[in-house]
Amino acid sequence: MANVTITDVVKNYGQLEVLHGVSASVTDGEFVVLVGPSGCGKSTLLRMIAGLESISDGDIEIGDRVVNDLEPKERDIAMVFQSYALYPHMTVRANMAFSLKLARRSKQEIEQMVNRAAEILDLSALLDRYPRQLSGGQRQRVAMGRAIVRNPAVFLFDEPLSNLDAKLRVQMRGEIKALHQRLGATMIYVTHDQMEAMTMGDRIVVMRAGVIEQMGTPLEIYDTPANSFVASFIGSPSMNLIDGVVHSANNQLVLQADDGATWPLPSHLNVKAGTAVQLGIRPEHIYLDPAGLPAEAIIIEPTGADTHVQLRVGKQLLTGVFRDRPDISLNATFHVRPDVSRAHVFDRVSGKRIGA
Amino acid sequence: MTTRAKAKADARRTLALDILNHGALALVALLFLFPFFWMVSNAVRSNAEVLAIPVRILPTVFDWDNFAKAWTTLPFGRFFLNSVIVSVSVTVITVLVSCLSGYAFARLKFPGRDKLLMAYLATLMVPGIMLIIPLFLIVNKLGMINTFQGVILPVAFGTFGSFLLRQFFLSIPLELEEAARIDGASRLRILVSIIIPLSMPAIGLLSLFTFIAQWNNFLWPLIVMTGADNATLPVGLTLFQTQQTTAWNYIMAGATLSMIPGVILAVVLQKLIYNSISLNAGMGGR
Repeated sequence: MANVTITDVVKNYGQLEVLHGVSASVTDGEFVVLVGPSGCGKSTLLRMIAGLESISDGDIEIGDRVVNDLEPKERDIAMVFQSYALYPHMTVRANMAFSLKLARRSKQEIEQMVNRAAEILDLSALLDRYPRQLSGGQRQRVAMGRAIVRNPAVFLFDEPLSNLDAKLRVQMRGEIKALHQRLGATMIYVTHDQMEAMTMGDRIVVMRAGVIEQMGTPLEIYDTPANSFVASFIGSPSMNLIDGVVHSANNQLVLQADDGATWPLPSHLNVKAGTAVQLGIRPEHIYLDPAGLPAEAIIIEPTGADTHVQLRVGKQLLTGVFRDRPDISLNATFHVRPDVSRAHVFDRVSGKRIGA
Repeated sequence: MTTRAKAKADARRTLALDILNHGALALVALLFLFPFFWMVSNAVRSNAEVLAIPVRILPTVFDWDNFAKAWTTLPFGRFFLNSVIVSVSVTVITVLVSCLSGYAFARLKFPGRDKLLMAYLATLMVPGIMLIIPLFLIVNKLGMINTFQGVILPVAFGTFGSFLLRQFFLSIPLELEEAARIDGASRLRILVSIIIPLSMPAIGLLSLFTFIAQWNNFLWPLIVMTGADNATLPVGLTLFQTQQTTAWNYIMAGATLSMIPGVILAVVLQKLIYNSISLNAGMGGR
């Protein structure tokens, strides 16, 4: 088990800089998820921790060793790849035993360790099969087995669930989380799926374009996003963002939206009148209220438990999530009330959160 | 026309097309087989009958003794052994060198790699016959005339194998190598334990081509090996040709015998080449 400390890490490909001085730390036994859109540098960062990519500048420490110049095998890590990268010509047993053989463990030890890992992952019956004889979920488990058999200090996962169907993905999500609880190992997990990030991580690192936008627990990030990017990236459906300018009316600040409508702003906001801002309202913070604003339903998407409704208030398009099956008809008018007390405000130029 | 009648007509048309296709293929196959048939047919008749006009497709008397006579008249066993030594050595060296250089060209990063590959490939454009005299001079200078090294070494370092294996290695997912690196494997270990086992179809093909090319190689062994004892099979067979007579039936019997190892190898390796390991497995089923 070990801490992982990343300090001012830069990655260049020739002239192109893809990571611009990233710093983060993962404490011993923590499950940290790196999340962000494609091309944000999350997989590159993970591969740098693994030793598969060189480090252009900065330091990566695992435990109390700087590992910048160490080979992957010297870093005491294991990695699960998106494609699983199982050796097609080896049985499940041989796949799992490969690293132990290279480490010159005794036959007896290898058998014990492989059997133990197989038991944890429910693979005992599949040990003599080849990867091509396994289902997607089983291959996934073998890839994890290959990682845990070595008992590494840090586990690295590179989008391991993205090749699975939706149902299996949810199941494996639970299995990986259970594995983390059982092993208590440090795990760093890369995904572009914010739902995976929210449900699995002890902490989330949100990245965009080679920089870290925010680090925190899933609920911290959800409840107090540091900027409008994080606000719209985390949460499904995305947060509604209304562009406008802050105005002062009757000693109270309001948002004069670009479409001319006026929206209330949270109280005690530390912002001057005339500032261009974005008002952020989560879809589940829009409530049905006969005394509220008139809205027109444009698209209604029932998910069973909830109903997602795309609605238009004035000229502003918003998404609302309502429990159960609200009495809303397509193209008909109904009334909604955004909960302003839970709304977020971001500077429109810098995108940064404006607090109280 | 009813649907059923239409289906019947379609089936008849498909059958007719199948017969036509297979007939054409069988005809071409027969054309290819004829030289082999002619060789065996001439191997089991008397020399007089080989040269007799009109030509007879089948011999009047099957003289199976020709095989034994061809084998014993000249040191055929020795020629056979020489051919095995030369062909196996060249094949082993070629596969070994091609694996190493193919891997280097596919995966290692070093300055000038791609330019060096182009230079390598350019040598494929030089006709082999042009190299005979310079190679002979070099081999002569090194004192390798009439030695196995002299026959083996100049032909064992071809470019084709490096290029073939490089192309095949490039098709193996990089993630497999990365997984092996994390598992603790060195470059050489990755090559031996991951890349080569996965490349057996290409290596099998290269082995087969190299072995058959060397088994049939005539000119180079003829030039380098001066003594009859050191002759390989193709060279040895020419000894049935003298200034006065040519024992065509013995040449054909010898040629038939000399084909056997190549045929066996082709049959054995065929399975390996066609039953290639599915690289798809373990790649997430994509």
